[in-house]
Amino acid sequence: MKAKYLVVILIILSIASIFVGVKDISFSDIYHLNYEEIEIIFLSRIPRLISIVVAGAGMSVSGLIMQQLTQNRFASPTTAGTIDSARFGILVSVILFPTESTITKMLISFIFALGGTFIFMEVLKRVKFKNAVIIPLVGIMLGNVIDSITTFLAYRYDLMQNISSWLQGNFSMIMKGRYELLYISLPLLIIAFLYSNKFTIAGMGEDFSINLGLNYEFVVNLGVSIVALISSIVVITAGRIPFLGLIVPNIVSMYLGDNLRKNLWPTAFFGAIFLLACDILSRLIIYPYEISIGLTVGVIGSFIFLYLLIRRHK
Amino acid sequence: MEQKKKIYLLAIVLMVFVILFIGIGLNSKNWEYALSRRIPKIIGIILTGSSIAFSSIVFQTITNNRILTPSVLGLDSLYIFMQTFIVFVFGSNAIFSTNPRLNFILAAGFMVLFSIILFRLLFKGENKNIFFLILFGMIIGTFFQSLSSFMQFIIDPNEFLVVQNRMFASFNNMNTSILYIALIGKLLTLIYTYRFLPNLDVLSLGRDSAINLGVDYDYVVRNMLIVVAILVSISTALVGPITFLGLLVVNIARGLIKSYKHKYLVPASMLISSITLVGGQFIAERVMNFKTPISVVINFVGGIYFIYLLLREVEM
Repeated sequence: MKAKYLVVILIILSIASIFVGVKDISFSDIYHLNYEEIEIIFLSRIPRLISIVVAGAGMSVSGLIMQQLTQNRFASPTTAGTIDSARFGILVSVILFPTESTITKMLISFIFALGGTFIFMEVLKRVKFKNAVIIPLVGIMLGNVIDSITTFLAYRYDLMQNISSWLQGNFSMIMKGRYELLYISLPLLIIAFLYSNKFTIAGMGEDFSINLGLNYEFVVNLGVSIVALISSIVVITAGRIPFLGLIVPNIVSMYLGDNLRKNLWPTAFFGAIFLLACDILSRLIIYPYEISIGLTVGVIGSFIFLYLLIRRHK
Repeated sequence: MEQKKKIYLLAIVLMVFVILFIGIGLNSKNWEYALSRRIPKIIGIILTGSSIAFSSIVFQTITNNRILTPSVLGLDSLYIFMQTFIVFVFGSNAIFSTNPRLNFILAAGFMVLFSIILFRLLFKGENKNIFFLILFGMIIGTFFQSLSSFMQFIIDPNEFLVVQNRMFASFNNMNTSILYIALIGKLLTLIYTYRFLPNLDVLSLGRDSAINLGVDYDYVVRNMLIVVAILVSISTALVGPITFLGLLVVNIARGLIKSYKHKYLVPASMLISSITLVGGQFIAERVMNFKTPISVVINFVGGIYFIYLLLREVEM
């Protein structure tokens, strides 16, 4: 699984993704497209492609960072309450500032995601006996609790329908002008790369990393902030995509080992490939309708997660 | 004697709530209509509550664990998956899909089969790590849930909506068409389990001690698992999954009864569970005007309690 091959696969899938859709645009027409077809490609197909690639890469890298910081294979934004907190934040912003721009909503959602993740990290510190499975378990439960607060408030304010669109990830609504926020995660990926070695050290524990001269608190806060920011951007633009941050880093590390700096880009590419493949699948399976991608990833993702769990347990 | 008093007291509290639920707002004009709506509803709620409590306590005893319940292990998602699977295989116009009773019986049958396989898979061999089991269960729950929604999407969407409304229930959309079948199933399992109650008392000592004391372990566990699967089917078919109710009420019952005897524990937990649901639904409907579904409140309280249990368990 070399980065080279991953890039090639990604390019092939990207081209395929552009030519899959209800409006039939075939690859051979590429030199004589009419105005309508060009418009579809530039307003809908390409934005969709870019947002999937960025979201896939971003979520996978967030998962990788979480796993490194907690030193636990099963940590990820899905299993740490981050995504659920981000969703909660969106609801709060819709209730309190219904007229504000998407950026404001994203910021509020980010603050909530950050808060939720820090609560999770705080709970983790309390757990003395760090069993490999108890950490994600606590995170999933925390997510459930936050989720029930969200549902409670959504019922109160009659926003249930509104909020359920964030329940399941969906890229079909992505068009030009609705996805550009996702670009914020690109510089975040670069920062993550620059700090990757420090994340590795921070994962070895507070005492150890301070001993090595690392500003432990800063590095952990930075890592958690990157994860929370990427998660809230993805939840705002596309919705909740479960398990992506969990399984992609695990699969990559099966082949490439545990070096965070070395794994970061392959993880990002593989995440993009995985999400793109799932998206193409969910567009084809009941063509011309489509299944929300959250479902496709949910089915495939939970299946792979179960496999990983059993394999690890043996 | 002391335990019996507590159970009678719980029964009286339940009666009071039931009378409140049925009685409030009745007058000479509307009583006929109101009763025809409320009585099936209250039977459904009590049936659900007691089935959840009953299955949870039996399940905790056979797995010898106080955190696990059938819904924590994803069994209720499995039931919904079975229902969907039947519609998926036979098509949404087939008799198995459109007749809720047939669908229920068939799904419950599959459910018994699959939960036994699942149980064999998970609990075979030496002591498995409890946290592993819970995590496994939760993910398997998610897996079946997304697989069911996935199938529901693939079936013709318009056609499926019709089936979905009739089959997949919630508290405010209770599936009353299977009420009598569920009631009969519940009574039969209760009568059937009655003779196993002393065996369950011994089983709570653990597998080895139980075998040592002459209990036919495999036989009892297999029978109890069938009972659990039927009960989970009943409660899920009536109102849909409520993850933490079983966990909450069984632990309250254990705190209240302070006895290992299932002949007290089972009725107490069934009563507490019914009181929680009837009282909760009463408050949700009449005081809060449907603003909050009670399953949300139960999952909130239950989730926090569950984290607390996990952390406490870990520190020990």
